[in-house]
Amino acid sequence: MVVFERPHALVDIPLHYCPGCTHGIVHRLVAEAIDELEIEGRTVGIAPVGCSVMAYDYFNCDMIEAAHGRAPAVATGVKRADPENLIVFTYQGDGDLASIGTAETVHAAARNENITVIFINNAIYGMTGGQMAPTSLPGQVTQTSPYGRDVTQCGYPVKVCEMLSMLDGPEYLERVAVNNVKNVRTAKKAIKKAFQNQIEGKGFSLVEVISSCPTNWGMTPSKALKWVDEAMIPYYPLGVYKDRSAGIVPGAKEEAK
Amino acid sequence: MADKVLMKGNEAIAEAAILAGCRHYFGYPITPQTEIAAYMAKRMPKIGGTFLQAESEIAAINMVYGVSSAGKRVMTSSSSPGISLKSEGISYLAGADLPALVVNCQRGGPGLGGIQPSQSDYFQATRGGGHGDYHMIVLAPASVQEMAQLTIRGFELADEYRMTSMILADGTIGQMMEPVSFDFEIKEAPEKPWATTGTGMKRKHNVVNSLYLSPEVLEIKNIERYEKYAKIAEKEALAEEYMLDDAEIVIAAFGIAARVAKNAVNAARAEGIKAGLIRPITLWPFPEKTFKKVIGTAKQIISVELSMGQMIEDVKLATECKVPVSLCYRVGGMIPSPEQVYAAIKEAAEKAGE
Repeated sequence: MVVFERPHALVDIPLHYCPGCTHGIVHRLVAEAIDELEIEGRTVGIAPVGCSVMAYDYFNCDMIEAAHGRAPAVATGVKRADPENLIVFTYQGDGDLASIGTAETVHAAARNENITVIFINNAIYGMTGGQMAPTSLPGQVTQTSPYGRDVTQCGYPVKVCEMLSMLDGPEYLERVAVNNVKNVRTAKKAIKKAFQNQIEGKGFSLVEVISSCPTNWGMTPSKALKWVDEAMIPYYPLGVYKDRSAGIVPGAKEEAK
Repeated sequence: MADKVLMKGNEAIAEAAILAGCRHYFGYPITPQTEIAAYMAKRMPKIGGTFLQAESEIAAINMVYGVSSAGKRVMTSSSSPGISLKSEGISYLAGADLPALVVNCQRGGPGLGGIQPSQSDYFQATRGGGHGDYHMIVLAPASVQEMAQLTIRGFELADEYRMTSMILADGTIGQMMEPVSFDFEIKEAPEKPWATTGTGMKRKHNVVNSLYLSPEVLEIKNIERYEKYAKIAEKEALAEEYMLDDAEIVIAAFGIAARVAKNAVNAARAEGIKAGLIRPITLWPFPEKTFKKVIGTAKQIISVELSMGQMIEDVKLATECKVPVSLCYRVGGMIPSPEQVYAAIKEAAEKAGE
């Protein structure tokens, strides 16, 4: 008896990701959500530029490869082309979403564009070989911050969920991690909800997934998962940052007493 | 129906696009083309279409990329500085073989330049504009009627060849009002089995992509695209010929420059000078055959341009440098007067007679 199968929405080919990279886990969670919601036949995914650039080969639904950072704009076009039928998601890394594509991200959120955004935050540019990302931690050593990220020179990391939660537009923002079983299960729920919201027409739903990059962090996979707990999560606290339908709307001023 | 309506060139583009079945427009305000966005903002909601003012030119062209991927007719419009911003996206459209219509209502440059008419984006348009080996089909209207007509043709060509059509207009034709008839026969968009419309669980997934990491594959992709371009060059090149048969002094001019030049040709003819005009309507493909016809008969070609001399290079290439070619120009938003062009014709005729 088969008790654990490859989700139908994932193509049956080897992924190119490095050992210990958590992209594989997140791909699987996205595919499981697509399977469970039975939306594969009407889903279009938008791949970014970055490590997950070839995600278009890995998902069984129709796929588009976008220019660097432009996935939310491309997704806007696809969704507007057939809003009643299509389910559209982007899958983007931190350089793509929080650096070169910041404008597209902020404005898609501000418009409450009815799309689902899966945001992989591993605090590094992976594909180009480990440069400082907009989300690299203060002091983090990378190829382009060899003495550690100096906040007096390069400023501070961009906290995407916190930033977007100040906008009136977006429906749902949650930050999750995939460094242990409990967190993976929470991440799965969040990703499924982000798709469910779109099906229900609720609008812009973004799930930020704190991920690990053992190769470019220069760590073993297990050490990298530990670093997620010890360094990443304290800087990027997990949780729901906005869920309009559930009444979680931060930044709303308390009424004067 | 031959009823004509009086409208601006930019509005004619917008109305023609709607007639062509375009229901998605994305843009960003920039002078002198904003009437297109304003027209779309008014009309699209009334006909179930989408008008969206994007956060930037870059976002707008990528929204175009999305709609085109999903198989629908789609357009954006801008003016010179905005087209530079869109060039990244136009290159991706080319790399992914996606049809789209892009309007460039040119203004003077470089940089922020000015807001008055120009033709100085000729190189950018006819050579592709963005990175990589590619072309757009470039259509150059010279009247409000042609703004409408070439917009419709632009959509048809874009769909037929799966590439970007650009309307290369300028601030004059965009802003001026003329009577225009919308009595067109319009080809419907063809089937697009490659589009990302959802698999419906009935077919293998479609992928819209411009990434080919294997150099062998990427080379083949480029060569195939250029084989397509060669067919287009053979079939689609278009030019207006005016008093060309016996012309010794031939003007080469497109768009608003051609309208000015026509007056000068008429004035020269009245003086007994054998002047004529070639008005390229497609700038890419360049109407080389039309130019080759005047080798042997023309004593001088004058390229009249609102640039420092860009199309002149294509004129020289097309005539294989067998006819002397000179330049008559104004730039920076200035337009040559008929008198200036007439003087250039007269000077050329005198030189030719020596």
